[in-house]
Amino acid sequence: MLAEFIQFLFSGITIGSIYALAALGFGIIYNASGVINFAQGEFIMLGGMSAVVLTAAGLPLPLAILVAVAVVAVVGLLLEKLAIEPARNADIVALIIITIGVSLVLRGLVQVLFGKNTRALPAFSGEQALHLLGATILPQSLWVLGTTVVIVAALAWFFGRTRFGKGMLATSYNRLAAQLVGINTRRILLAAFGLSAVLGAVGGILITPITYTSYDAGIMLGLKGFVAATVGGLGSGVGAIVGGLLLGITEAMTAGYVSSAYKDAVAFVLILLVLFFMPRGLFGAKVSERV
Amino acid sequence: MRSKALGRLIGASLIGFATALTALTAWAAEPIRIGSVLSVTGPAAFLGEPELKTLQLYIERINAQGGVIGRKLELVHYDDGSVAGKANAFTKRLIESDKVDLIVGGTTTGSTMAMVPLVEAARIPFISLAGAVVVVEPVKKWVFKTPHTDRMAAEKVFEDMKKRGITKVALLSETSGFGQSGRKETLASAPKYGIEIVADETYGPKDTDVTAQLTNIRNTPGVQALFVFGFGQGPAIVTKNYGQLGMKLPMYQSHGVASEEYIKLSGPAANGVRLPAAAVVVADKLPQEDPQREVVVAYKKAYEERYKEPISTFGGHAYDGLMIAVDAIKRAGSTDKEKVRAAIESTRNYMGTGGLVNMSPKDHMGLDLTAFRMLEIRNGDWVLVD
Amino acid sequence: MSGAERYYGLAVLVLVLAALPLALPNAYYYDIAIRVLINAVVAIGLNLLIGYAGQISLGHAGFFGIGAYSSAILTSHFGWRPGLALVAGAAATALIAFAVARPILRLRGHYLAMATLGLGIIISIVILNEARYTGGPDGMAVPPFALLGWQLVGERLWYWTMAPLLVLVTWGALNLIDAPAGRALQAIHGSEIAARVAGVHTSRLKTRIFVLSAAITSMMGSLMAHYLGFITPDVAGFFHSIELVTMVVLGGMASVFGSIVGAAILTLLPQLLATFEGWETVAFGLILVLTMIFMPRGLVPSLRLWLLRT
Repeated sequence: MLAEFIQFLFSGITIGSIYALAALGFGIIYNASGVINFAQGEFIMLGGMSAVVLTAAGLPLPLAILVAVAVVAVVGLLLEKLAIEPARNADIVALIIITIGVSLVLRGLVQVLFGKNTRALPAFSGEQALHLLGATILPQSLWVLGTTVVIVAALAWFFGRTRFGKGMLATSYNRLAAQLVGINTRRILLAAFGLSAVLGAVGGILITPITYTSYDAGIMLGLKGFVAATVGGLGSGVGAIVGGLLLGITEAMTAGYVSSAYKDAVAFVLILLVLFFMPRGLFGAKVSERV
Repeated sequence: MRSKALGRLIGASLIGFATALTALTAWAAEPIRIGSVLSVTGPAAFLGEPELKTLQLYIERINAQGGVIGRKLELVHYDDGSVAGKANAFTKRLIESDKVDLIVGGTTTGSTMAMVPLVEAARIPFISLAGAVVVVEPVKKWVFKTPHTDRMAAEKVFEDMKKRGITKVALLSETSGFGQSGRKETLASAPKYGIEIVADETYGPKDTDVTAQLTNIRNTPGVQALFVFGFGQGPAIVTKNYGQLGMKLPMYQSHGVASEEYIKLSGPAANGVRLPAAAVVVADKLPQEDPQREVVVAYKKAYEERYKEPISTFGGHAYDGLMIAVDAIKRAGSTDKEKVRAAIESTRNYMGTGGLVNMSPKDHMGLDLTAFRMLEIRNGDWVLVD
Repeated sequence: MSGAERYYGLAVLVLVLAALPLALPNAYYYDIAIRVLINAVVAIGLNLLIGYAGQISLGHAGFFGIGAYSSAILTSHFGWRPGLALVAGAAATALIAFAVARPILRLRGHYLAMATLGLGIIISIVILNEARYTGGPDGMAVPPFALLGWQLVGERLWYWTMAPLLVLVTWGALNLIDAPAGRALQAIHGSEIAARVAGVHTSRLKTRIFVLSAAITSMMGSLMAHYLGFITPDVAGFFHSIELVTMVVLGGMASVFGSIVGAAILTLLPQLLATFEGWETVAFGLILVLTMIFMPRGLVPSLRLWLLRT
């Protein structure tokens, strides 16, 4: 009984970390621009897919990972430059549609260039499952957890201690004021997309050895990342992590104890509940709208 | 005056004769259009791809030898991407726009069942490459199939389990048409072999993680073996997760995985897995006196020479479908749809990669259990364990 | 759009629909035309919500799916009459839409988008999983549509049923826009607070338009199921929702004729790209991005403005 519970808990925390990374990505872009990037899921998919393609082409795994992350970062920057900036003054609906459009383009290109089949990455340190507290855990899951912790720590240092990071935070509080004190908000926005892309890509690469990837893996991952961000409170770092882990664990418990078929529905039921009863999320800031 | 009129008459007749001759030759040269909707991409890709390659290879060969009833064969094919709805749309196109003479295809049960209503309404012969028994039971006038049924697979597996003294079995079936039909047949046949299904879990064809279902199965009291009913990518992921969880129960699969691709995707966890499959997969290992040996070895040689990759039963199903169709056209002497249909229905003693085929108005598949062999995967290769 | 323009547009529509069959060589082309007609009606319904009331919905395919599967299940498994099943499906959809309308329509912007998306996806997951009733991922067969003993079978019959229906819906939508309710809707789109200050009962109106749009979509889902004779869960899926939104956006938000044009273009596109599957997705994406950047009003309104200027 307990062993079962631990097993579900492990898989919940593992996938929850990926949701947390995605939620952080959403939050960073939202903070810098108010835009919800529906293409975040494709960043995750692209990270995994690029790594797969590069290793298949012969590159050693560590190099493939670095190049893959770099590639996706560039995609993120291009997305900002080509699709977001030209539509800077458009209304929310238009921006949502644009990012959805971009996600379709990315997904379609991957489908055409790399096919529709499911691809896998070799696990970073082998497939031999470890036995812990009566349950089995893959070494890859430990990689996921460990890397996420490192990234979160790095982000905390970046936003709290570096000048650029603090500039990003300032922009999220009040864009006009930030511009007035000389912060280059346009460069901040560009960096936000690049950073989000990196977060997504890393998440994708980490999880691919466990869950495989395919051209349409990004849809669900992105949507669930958004759910995690909203549950935790859009724009809040702590909220993103809590939201991600909460979602991952709830999903795993539902799959194990209720019905594995409805696992995917958990995220969307959760978001409806949150949006109906607690739209600000757990840690979200109070929002007032100017009329 | 008269000679002019005569001249005109002769001229007109010559033109008329030439036109008629041209028309006749054009008609004679009119190719026989074979339509096909296959799942070349998507979760059923490792079924559909060899099917397409087989059709292309053998149509080429037949044409090189003069075609059928003096006409060349032409293949018109579409990829439904393992999506049943698309199969439906493409079939409409094949029938109405491409005007094919018959259809060989429908890789999956889902795609096939989506094509059936159109085929029946248009009254065009259809040889399906799908596994479930629902395709031919109840018998539909225009629909035939070449692979063994899921009912046969369940019975073959239970036969083997009984020999090993297994009585409590966990079932993990796919929510696809094939998986659901397989589940139904499994639950119905189990009591006949004294077997109890102690766990009944499902997974979706595009799922990438079934550890929750496997964990529940592992914790079911008294479970002795696992039977997985699905095809293509799904069972490979099940097998992989199974290895990752360190499970040791004997695992049986259905004939929906009888391809080297399954072994490749599953990795070392596939060793020890048993499944019923058509003999073509172990062509070289068949004893010399085996009546199927000649056909399957010839197919294996031709396919592997051309494509440099190992054969699978799925390509074999397509081979049988094409050959039965061609033979029927020869016997019917034309592409008249009703005549071809009747000819297919009266196929007798056709030895294919799936076994000996004897069709009848009540049996639109024609295979019996002897053609199904029990295989085990050892060291990444197939071994006969009959 | 003035009254004269409106009637001119309707007349053109009627003429085109009446003359089109002369250009359709076989049943396959009729099939495409029928799909365009069905999509056009859905697009008009969705446009009332997105274009005129300014409420985005990324889950409309869910309503389409409820209609389609209600009809399929009630007629196949329970022997209901198709007309009754269609009405039952629409009623169920309207009920669900009404139940979620209040809490959902309170939200704005991306929250509203996510809520509608969540709703749509939940519906499609239920359809996918309840295989015993819905046939699961491989779908189920649907008996033909019949009304009072008369069976609606065959492409030509379907075309001549759907074409007048489209004209009717177009006329209805045009009238609604000009009616006080319609003007109130547009006021909401302009600025909801201002509309409320001016005395418009915003939440009631938004709810009504949401429910109406959902019901129309459901009925079209039912008809599509009967027409195809076979449906699969992807009719309720996320990509289908995006397709519908793209039709509205491309054709022109707040333009009824734009929706028809958008539906036509985006129904034809997959047929042309049948052999280039991935490119279809890329094309959809590019259309969305480029339209919103360079032609945010959409095709028909932009065309109209350009024509008026020259």
